[in-house]
Amino acid sequence: MSNLTLKPTKPWKRTPKQQLLIAVNLLVAAAISFVIVLVTPMKGKLAYLLLFFISTIIVNFAENYFKSGIAAAKDSIATSFATAGLIIVIVPIFSILFTIFERGRAGLNFGLFLHDMKSNGPNDPLGQGGLLHALVGSGIMVGIALLISLPIGILTAIYLTEIKGIFSRPIKFLVQAMSGVPSIVAGLFILSAVVFPITKSSSGLMGGLALSILMIPTIARTSEEVLLLIPNDLREAGIALGGTQWRTISLIVVPAAKSGLITATILGLARVAGETAPLILVSGGGDAVNPNPFHSPMGSLPFYIWKGFTFGTPESIARSWAGIFVLLSIIFLLFIAARTLSGSGEKK
Amino acid sequence: MNNSNQDGNDDMETKATPSSLSDVANANKARKQPGSGALGVGLEARSIHAWFGDKLVIRDISLDFWSGTVTALIGPSGCGKSTFIRTLNRMHEFIPGAAMAGEVLLNGQDIYEQGTDVTKIRLKVGMVFQKPNPFPSMTIADNVLAGLKLAQLKTQNKDDLLEECLERAGLWNEVKDRLSAYGGSLSGGQQQRLCIARSLAVRPEVLLMDEPCSALDPGSTLKIEETIQHLSSTMTIIIVTHNMQQAARVSDYTGFFLSDGGPGELVEVGPTSEIFSRPKDIRTENYVTGRFG
Repeated sequence: MSNLTLKPTKPWKRTPKQQLLIAVNLLVAAAISFVIVLVTPMKGKLAYLLLFFISTIIVNFAENYFKSGIAAAKDSIATSFATAGLIIVIVPIFSILFTIFERGRAGLNFGLFLHDMKSNGPNDPLGQGGLLHALVGSGIMVGIALLISLPIGILTAIYLTEIKGIFSRPIKFLVQAMSGVPSIVAGLFILSAVVFPITKSSSGLMGGLALSILMIPTIARTSEEVLLLIPNDLREAGIALGGTQWRTISLIVVPAAKSGLITATILGLARVAGETAPLILVSGGGDAVNPNPFHSPMGSLPFYIWKGFTFGTPESIARSWAGIFVLLSIIFLLFIAARTLSGSGEKK
Repeated sequence: MNNSNQDGNDDMETKATPSSLSDVANANKARKQPGSGALGVGLEARSIHAWFGDKLVIRDISLDFWSGTVTALIGPSGCGKSTFIRTLNRMHEFIPGAAMAGEVLLNGQDIYEQGTDVTKIRLKVGMVFQKPNPFPSMTIADNVLAGLKLAQLKTQNKDDLLEECLERAGLWNEVKDRLSAYGGSLSGGQQQRLCIARSLAVRPEVLLMDEPCSALDPGSTLKIEETIQHLSSTMTIIIVTHNMQQAARVSDYTGFFLSDGGPGELVEVGPTSEIFSRPKDIRTENYVTGRFG
């Protein structure tokens, strides 16, 4: 072997000839769809897309059928459909992101993060005012929701996976049902159970409570799945070393699941950061920075966006788009953080 | 793994090539006879039955384990060997639907008596599992000392205990320079010896080993067998194994379990040399000579 000079090759890769064939296939499919649009009454971008998709399937099917037989041809149909599904999902997402960036760009400026709207109206030029009050409010309310939901959510998951008490089944059912609760119901619940009978006024705390109703099931369900992935061997090893169940959970199971639990928490945060309906009902809005969650109304990013659109002036609508851009960026960053953290956990 | 002390390797090679099973067993017989040492009372299982749900999986097993001996439990898969040793440190009840009957006496005290502190029992009767399972969130050093933390025990000098346990498990020389690496970075055989070291740190009187070598290569297996022989002077070891050469090499006594489709039963128990050379029961003979199972 040593005097032979072998180059590493990848014989399973497509040769240039095969790649050319794929390109030819796509060209043929495009030509077919073009001709069909020309000669039939079907018109427009959608017709092109649909016909291109159908003719790609047919061309691929034909090629594979004559080259390798019916099984390979069927396989190519499945591949085509899967690819089409991917495109159908991806295109709207990028379209949404592009629109938000395009429309939000006009309202974006650094002053957004320094000012609030207490002395600016909907007709003021875009350079004035900002969404600081909304950022602070969202931060405080999501923070309150996190403080409430994190312990409850993770303890619920521990009850379901580790303790497996007699209430496991009903609680599991409840958690699943709760994760389907419409967000406005969470807001109405806080409104009727806390705001009307007790506090009689809106505040950031009420907003945080409403958000926690939505956050608890997300954290509980994701944490439950993470904990189920921890091998039973580790629990047995902990018990066999003379640990009580609680010490085994807190010293071994939870640390082993740490990265997954952090991901669960971030997913919970991302879930509620954009919730609008409950905040409209119970947080009261407000245009000034209000750092006190116990007193007077508190703004939030979703509220800011909603309010801008209801004013309807060109300036306020541009402000809303900028707000959407900021909110989406935050949620994106949270998701990226979640992906990174869970990925680093898998490598170990 | 491959650069450990040379003496150990020589030692292993002589053991690795037995001319026949009974030769090895005879060599072991000379080493230890029942009652020859200063034996304590040890562990006694009295008429153990075990169920999963409604299904009786082991029936009426009575076995004594003298202190300072190694007992191997052999038998085909599914005959209840693992279930039986899990009743000896009350790990059996950890499985949903489990039930049992009988007594397990540790130094004369029934470990199933009402009011017994289960965690104390498991400190005295340690366990090594089939698959190496070091705690992934802990370093090698933390893994060894995990039992102290779990059971909230105090120790005078953690470094000494760490070195002693790793030394006894035959791992010290391989890991002494990287005690702060994660346990998962070791090879499978090293991980299993790490798990043995972890069990030793809480100073158990009895060590249960549930097929500790079934996931390991022959080299690692021999190292663990060496470890078992070193440990056997200071503690009682009960090892479940599918490898009959292993039973012959490491054990003083051997018990043969069998299930004829129903619950598993203890067919025969005796000094390892006798089980392998002149078993009393024809079924044992068939099994150890490889005619079935």
